[in-house]
Amino acid sequence: MAHEGYYHRADLPRFEEIGKEAPQLWEKFLAWYGAVFAEGALTEREKALVALGVSHAVQCPYCIDAYTQACLEKGSNLEQMTEAVHVAAAIRGGASLVHGVQMRNCADRLRM
Amino acid sequence: MATPGTAYRSLALRRSPLAVPSAQVAHLEGDTATPAFARTLAERGLPPLAAAGIEVLQVNLGKICNQTCRHCHVDAGPDRTESMATETLDACLAALAGSDIPTLDITGGAPELHPEFRRLVAAARRLRRHVMDRCNLTVLLLRGQEDLVPFLAGHQVEIVASLPYFRQTETDAQRGEGVFGRSIEALRRLNAAGYGREGAGLILNLVTNPVGAYLPAPQAALERDWHRELQRRHGIVFNHLYTITNMPISRFLDHLLASGNYAGYMRRLVEAFNPAAVPGVMCRSTLSVGWDGRLFDCDFNQMLDLEVGSDDAGRLPSHIRDFDGERLARRDVVTGRHCFGCTAGGGSSCGGALT
Repeated sequence: MAHEGYYHRADLPRFEEIGKEAPQLWEKFLAWYGAVFAEGALTEREKALVALGVSHAVQCPYCIDAYTQACLEKGSNLEQMTEAVHVAAAIRGGASLVHGVQMRNCADRLRM
Repeated sequence: MATPGTAYRSLALRRSPLAVPSAQVAHLEGDTATPAFARTLAERGLPPLAAAGIEVLQVNLGKICNQTCRHCHVDAGPDRTESMATETLDACLAALAGSDIPTLDITGGAPELHPEFRRLVAAARRLRRHVMDRCNLTVLLLRGQEDLVPFLAGHQVEIVASLPYFRQTETDAQRGEGVFGRSIEALRRLNAAGYGREGAGLILNLVTNPVGAYLPAPQAALERDWHRELQRRHGIVFNHLYTITNMPISRFLDHLLASGNYAGYMRRLVEAFNPAAVPGVMCRSTLSVGWDGRLFDCDFNQMLDLEVGSDDAGRLPSHIRDFDGERLARRDVVTGRHCFGCTAGGGSSCGGALT
């Protein structure tokens, strides 16, 4: 059911509805997604922490809810999860700052 | 200074409607958004739950406890008065003596505070049964309990001790302010007596419940962390770590409802239903005795007042004084929506994960 406004917690369990018009693509996405998060060279816990950081970088409230729960259920604590968020924030902040070089290049080109 | 772990109050002391087991059952039965557990078994092609023997007699000595933990499914605390009578305790021993049940699992409340705890342990050991004590750790530090650690060690009692996490923040949030520090001191005393040390023959297992509305992490991975961190931070050793899922009953049910997490938690339990965990659920190998002698399929059914049901021959005697080991060993198990707690993820039992 549709809500007024954006970002409702009740919408997260409805994620699979996006597969209705393109079921084959959805199945491929699910299979790939499952394989990505399976234990590999990184543990499931490490992957969940990476996902939590990325969730904050892309600022997706659904992802933040999902991977906060996933991190707790994989055995991470709040201290570790907070550090993961700081990593995301540092990369975002650094990404802004490093564009300052672009700014400087542009300014050098324009200025006398 | 307040006694550690007592700032939070029991449902009974608060006169909460959920203090009454039938109110909890009514809430779970009225939750139509969650499928019935028996129906889920049938839909997955699994038979109804039935006992496959009695490996463990789990005796709950009562609801008296020196702590008031926020997730306690017993609603135990210092304010509670329920305690097993001498004749009921004797009936438990008679049931053990008249059967070949290999293990006595003693729980509560804090079972060590029962005046006849030591008599029960000693008598069961004389019967050559393995004895487990479900210990909250801080009880070992109470005045008047100075001889408890040597007593437990002397009778080679396996200790299953509750500790939600190896950090203070999480532990005190669940069990009360000051509990973590006292638990660590208790663990040091147990280690000093030989518990958890290789070759000593004194088993010290730890139990962790999630500190919130989520499932426990995989047991094997957590156990590695805990061995490393408890040794590194506090120099503490132990044998195994058991992960146990919080059941949506009693105080944890109250927490779920008050925090707005009930629907999400039940959905999580159901979506994590694991058919592979079903054959090992503890009700299939455990008989649970309440402080008043009534018989149940597990400690959770006990707290919901769901007595043992029936077998092929009809209704079962439901008191330990009428113990009929042969019939009880093949009884049908009484289930409800709370049972999803034991079958979610890696599964959950008094002995930890099931898969």
